[in-house]
Amino acid sequence: MASTEMYLTQSADIASRTLGDDTLIMSTLDSTVFVLNSVGTAIWNAADGATPLSRIIHERVCSEFDVTDEQATADATEFVDELVKHGILSISDTPVPQQEAP
Amino acid sequence: MSLLAEINDKATARGIPLAAHMDITWRCNERCVHCYLDHDGKGEMSTDEIKDVLRQLADCSTFFLSISGGEPLLRRDCFEILEYARALRFNVKLKTNAVMIGPKEAARIRKLGIEQVQISLYSHRPEVHDAITKLPGSLRRTTNAIRHLKANGVKVSITNVLMKYNSRDVKAVKQLAAELGVNFVVDPTITPMLNGDRSILSLGITAAELEEIMREDEYVGDAAEDCAPASSHDDDVLDGYSCSAGHSLAYISPFGDVYPCVQFPMPCGSVRRQTFREIWYDSPAFTELRSVRVRDLHTCSHCTHNASCSRCPGLAYMEGDFRGPSSVDCQKSYLRTGIPSAAMLGAENRVPLIPSGLVQISGLQRAIM
Repeated sequence: MASTEMYLTQSADIASRTLGDDTLIMSTLDSTVFVLNSVGTAIWNAADGATPLSRIIHERVCSEFDVTDEQATADATEFVDELVKHGILSISDTPVPQQEAP
Repeated sequence: MSLLAEINDKATARGIPLAAHMDITWRCNERCVHCYLDHDGKGEMSTDEIKDVLRQLADCSTFFLSISGGEPLLRRDCFEILEYARALRFNVKLKTNAVMIGPKEAARIRKLGIEQVQISLYSHRPEVHDAITKLPGSLRRTTNAIRHLKANGVKVSITNVLMKYNSRDVKAVKQLAAELGVNFVVDPTITPMLNGDRSILSLGITAAELEEIMREDEYVGDAAEDCAPASSHDDDVLDGYSCSAGHSLAYISPFGDVYPCVQFPMPCGSVRRQTFREIWYDSPAFTELRSVRVRDLHTCSHCTHNASCSRCPGLAYMEGDFRGPSSVDCQKSYLRTGIPSAAMLGAENRVPLIPSGLVQISGLQRAIM
């Protein structure tokens, strides 16, 4: 289970695009499709390998959406666990250097 | 409705070009007898120009990207372009004849996370396949490439384009696809050349052969459902569009010209003179295309097939009027159901129906692109 002090990194084996408030993600390994809602999109876009989940929850979820810290933490860890299970996100207990996007 | 179909509908409603088809060259190392392109490479976009267009597409939220040609691997920068597209997180499909793909290239394609490699394969017999491509040894090289791709875990789909030369090989090609462990798609589509030359349509299969294909579950899924007479149409159908071309799909030529689809050569602009965003959202051609609903089609709006017809506005355009019927799709609806289309009924006393042997159809693939 993801800890809130973990760092999140988007997998390289995905295609993704934000469409309005939603994000479309497809695994290039098994073509599984995911559509993230606006809260999921906020977490996804902040998964830069340098920001711990606790900060993402505080800065990107609680401050932007009408949700308590406790509820946001429960939902976000469940969400992260689900994406990790499908190889869409990876988690690390130390920051992960990222390549700059073109 | 599938998740991807829902997303496509949302993209259309929001005006997002969810899918783009980009030919990075029209040059080719094969000379397929039915090809709709000329193979002039003069004036192709540079690597930097293509990368710029890819960034613009990503900014417009394009997700599905088909890189095609010509033979895209003839460009020395093909892998650089693919790598750049993947770094921009596109879902990339590569359309190639694969004859330049060896073990090293296959491993590289896998490493890049290319979603699928789509390859045309015409026959299991070298004398037929190679005669169509006019490249000796091409069947052997293409099938070897498929084995390399499969060994690296790359998803491969072969398309069997049917012509009078190879139509009797369709079952054997399907069997070959099964042996190779790849997806198989049958495509009885012969398209007029983009310069308007329709002579290659004479290579198409006969109406009888097409009817046989359309009534086989193994090629069309549920043939009984596919061939059932159309249900009565309603306002949802009349308020809808013919296809995604220009609504959520754009085509970009190697020279930077933008069209609704590779099969719909209506000029909409050039990325060498304007941004893609300006063309997509503001060009008069796209605006006009998007204003047309099924109810605005002068003949098809009252056709009994309009809820189920695969009418291709690009083929209609190439016949002179994108608001008009596409005669080959009329023929297809007729062969599916035995019921003549409105255009056929209206034309009976004016012009002859399409003669056998000049059949082309599109839309058997019910995919998002």
